[in-house]
Amino acid sequence: MNFKSTIGLEVHFELKTKSKIFSPSPVSYGAKPNTETNVIDWAMPGVLPMVNKDVYRLGIMVALATNAHVLPTTHFDRKNYFYPDNPKAYQITQFFQPLARDGYIEVEVNGKKKRIGIHEMHIEEDAGKNTHGTNGFSYVDLNRQGVPLLEVVSEPDMETPEEAYAYLEKLRKIVQFTGASDVKMEEGSMRVDTNISIRPAGQKELGTKVEMKNLNSFDHVRRSLAYEQKRQEQVLLSGGRIQVSTRRFDEATGKTVLERVKEGAADYRYFPEPDIAPDHISQEWIDEIAKTLPKSAYERYDDYVNKFGIKPYDANVLLQTKESSDFFDAAVAAGADPTLAANWMNTQVNGYLNDNRVELADVKLTPENLAKMIELIKDGTISSKIAKKVFAETIENGTDPKKYVEEKGMVQLSDLSVLEPMVKKVVDNNPQSVEDFKNGKDRAIGFLVGQIMKETRGKANPKVVNKLLNKELASR
Amino acid sequence: MNYLNETIDSLNKKLASGELSAEDLAKATTENIKETDKKLNAWITVEDDAKPAENLNFAKNKLAGIPIAIKDNIVTNGVKTTAASHILDNFMPMYDATVITKLKDAQATFVGKTNMDEFAMGSSTEHSYFGATHNPWNLDKVPGGSSGGSAAAVAGGQVVAALGSDTGGSIRQPAAFNGIFGIKPTYGRVSRWGLIAFASSLDQIGVMTKRVKDSAEVLNVIAGGDEHDSTVSTREVPDFTKFIGQDVKGLRVAVPKEYMDAVSGEMREVIQKQIDTLKDAGAIINEVSLPHTKYVVPTYYIVASSEASSNLQRYDGIRYGYRAKDAKNLLDVYLKSRSEGFGTEVKRRIMLGSFALSAGSYDKFFRQAAKVRTLICNDFEKIFAENDVIVGPTTTEPAFGIGEEVSDPIKMYNNDILTISANLAGIPAASVPAGLVDGMPVGLQVMAKRFDEGSVFRVADFIERSNKFYEKTPTAMED
Amino acid sequence: MEITEELIKHVAELSRLEFSDDEVETYTKQMDSIINMANELSEVDTEGVEETVQVVDRDTVFREDKPEHWQGQNRETLMENVPEKANGFIKVPVIIEKDDNE
Repeated sequence: MNFKSTIGLEVHFELKTKSKIFSPSPVSYGAKPNTETNVIDWAMPGVLPMVNKDVYRLGIMVALATNAHVLPTTHFDRKNYFYPDNPKAYQITQFFQPLARDGYIEVEVNGKKKRIGIHEMHIEEDAGKNTHGTNGFSYVDLNRQGVPLLEVVSEPDMETPEEAYAYLEKLRKIVQFTGASDVKMEEGSMRVDTNISIRPAGQKELGTKVEMKNLNSFDHVRRSLAYEQKRQEQVLLSGGRIQVSTRRFDEATGKTVLERVKEGAADYRYFPEPDIAPDHISQEWIDEIAKTLPKSAYERYDDYVNKFGIKPYDANVLLQTKESSDFFDAAVAAGADPTLAANWMNTQVNGYLNDNRVELADVKLTPENLAKMIELIKDGTISSKIAKKVFAETIENGTDPKKYVEEKGMVQLSDLSVLEPMVKKVVDNNPQSVEDFKNGKDRAIGFLVGQIMKETRGKANPKVVNKLLNKELASR
Repeated sequence: MNYLNETIDSLNKKLASGELSAEDLAKATTENIKETDKKLNAWITVEDDAKPAENLNFAKNKLAGIPIAIKDNIVTNGVKTTAASHILDNFMPMYDATVITKLKDAQATFVGKTNMDEFAMGSSTEHSYFGATHNPWNLDKVPGGSSGGSAAAVAGGQVVAALGSDTGGSIRQPAAFNGIFGIKPTYGRVSRWGLIAFASSLDQIGVMTKRVKDSAEVLNVIAGGDEHDSTVSTREVPDFTKFIGQDVKGLRVAVPKEYMDAVSGEMREVIQKQIDTLKDAGAIINEVSLPHTKYVVPTYYIVASSEASSNLQRYDGIRYGYRAKDAKNLLDVYLKSRSEGFGTEVKRRIMLGSFALSAGSYDKFFRQAAKVRTLICNDFEKIFAENDVIVGPTTTEPAFGIGEEVSDPIKMYNNDILTISANLAGIPAASVPAGLVDGMPVGLQVMAKRFDEGSVFRVADFIERSNKFYEKTPTAMED
Repeated sequence: MEITEELIKHVAELSRLEFSDDEVETYTKQMDSIINMANELSEVDTEGVEETVQVVDRDTVFREDKPEHWQGQNRETLMENVPEKANGFIKVPVIIEKDDNE
């Protein structure tokens, strides 16, 4: 018997705001427990939520980037459940009137294009964190309570784990390039829940859904879905029944493990949040946000390859993160030669970041300085050897390459009035080399260049010196 | 020192002239409260060392140096705030409600927190972890509720003014039972930041005073926009004292027949007499109908209890408040802390609300109630298209005896039939003393369209000047 | 709709309340009469009627994205009421039942 799988994904993104969704507490990582909180985050008696405008702005960006329709009127709702990291014992979310509906993205799997629908997306608050001790106690930190989340719910349009993987890749890239989220699975700014059901080919109604929550990586998503497909097939083939349940992916064994069987749907007693007035999202505001929407990775790729002539591989490296792509764009905007800038970004800059385990945002290199340095190389002011020194200085200390080169006397010697007499003198002093040259020995030139470099302490422009030497030798 | 014959004006004059010092007033007030509260039990917390603000400016601030009572569901920084519940009986807030900040800015003196029904759920102030409050007109009777402590404190002359809160009549009904004035402003007129939520879409902070003008003075201070509350209106707040001392000539007064039909005998006569007074003074009286009155009690109890069931989930024994001692695991912490921490009436409302919101009930109960609420709002809109105010009785009967109704929730809930519509529609409503029935006070309710508290003050003040009820002293307070 | 003891127990569980058998019996009776009263709402024709869930004169009330620490609300003051705490954390007995969001 053949089976068909139906896969849906729910992806949570932490939206990149400075303060929380309903309270002005700062959003920051790694702070001491419960220090980034106030009375609202604690759900003290008598407090009220106040919506952060930027949460909507960032959410609308993602909606626009995924072709979704922003609803003209949204309203927050309460989802009621008790848990220590959920201080109000309700989560403020959008259940009845979400931010946006009916979006889609296009993916390509094995050369086949497919459109995956986005059912809806809504904004909501994150919960705090529980740490489970081994001593019979758990410990609650409310710093994360109220961090804004955008939940993107796909249509159950995917049929293979590969399609799910492609959808996640594409969705991540899209969201990443709106700048709305850091999209880091390892830091929790992107979280994935999946659901999968299978049914015999030809059967219309969908099979029983199994959920998997908090998967650690795209690879786990793919592997767990593939495992589930097989497992469910075997259950059905052996005459068994699939239970509505939540399962967990076990990394060590590559299997999924039953966590909990659901007895009917959980009863969250959703109802409209009476503490927040309805929100009307005007077309004017949406248009305004649309104007600020950064170019997508796909548009940028097109620019890089077709406009700048950068190699596809290099373009993809630049587009690995929005930060590096933005940095590159800014360097080009500051006058840098695109090809040289791409080379520098992908080799020296990335090398430095990897070696020092830092991010682009953490170093003092600016796009303007990178552009200046590339300009110095291009116009022959510095050699590529010297450029490495200049690069080290500007990335470490943020020094202006032009000033640095001037102050340190690193400017390449290209002045003919200085080099011409020098070339003459070196050729005069080395008759053997002239002889060798005439006999077709190319090495002779190398030796003579070396002499001049020695004389100028490496500052002579090798191109110019080569040219002058050739001319001089030919005239003898 | 008691306030039976004082007003904010009279006190302000004495303080400004130096005849009375604010320090002495604060001290005398708390001493009197401690003495008279042996009879009334109107307070949960009385400041031991009440002190006025510094650099009092009597010319600028009418309330400067004047003690004001605060209902114990309004959060006060550094002063225990309990909502009369065991679950919060040790709760020490670390912030002030907006109304408290505004009263502090106006230099009012803080003397303590008043008793109430637990989480404002009830209409008798018997449902308090700190014991029942007694009615100053007859200590065997309830003072009404849930702002019964504030009402008794004002009626008993312990303070000149008190803040209350009103979700379904919790200011107006105790005001009526105690022979004082009490106003629930328009929903959105006063910030709810720092008001311990009962039903968020209905709750509103208001004022209770013996004299109408005094409530206008206090409302002037506490009303207005607030960056902490996105449901509070930002529109300009008029000087409400402007509406005092006016006549009612040509004023269009609607009298709903359903409200008059709810009262009989002496009670009806007393209310009718007030309406006749308005008519005699040139007001145009129109009999009108509020056809959905029959449904307001179930609508209210579904909406209020649903919101309450969610609002009260934060009392879970985890971050503050009562945590059961013998809880071994998390589920135990929840079940035991909440079951031991909440009183019977609160648990009943939580159960009703959880039920109304639960899968399978939502459409039939919560959603249907929300729709009927729209029809109730429409009824009012129609009347206000042709009338300036609505008047009628505040309650169906005067205060009942302590212990008489606690056991019958349906009877208790039906008592609120005349007051809860104003909360569902978000309109301003007040109760002004109408007279005595069997020696107990009853009130005339005055309602107006949204944000027209002015008309409420105008009519209530006219009634006050006509019947001069304020000249009477509560029987149990006579020496 | 019939209010049974089973239903009352289910609603109690949702509400994180526990009742003795006597209490369950009392609540069942009382809830039955309350729900009976609430059933009257079904009589009202609400075809095409919008829901009113709040009566406000504002909409789209936003705050700017400015982070701040509120005066007087540091960890110490916020934690003053915590029944049990350790090293800046709120301490709770071990979680044995997991809710859906975890």
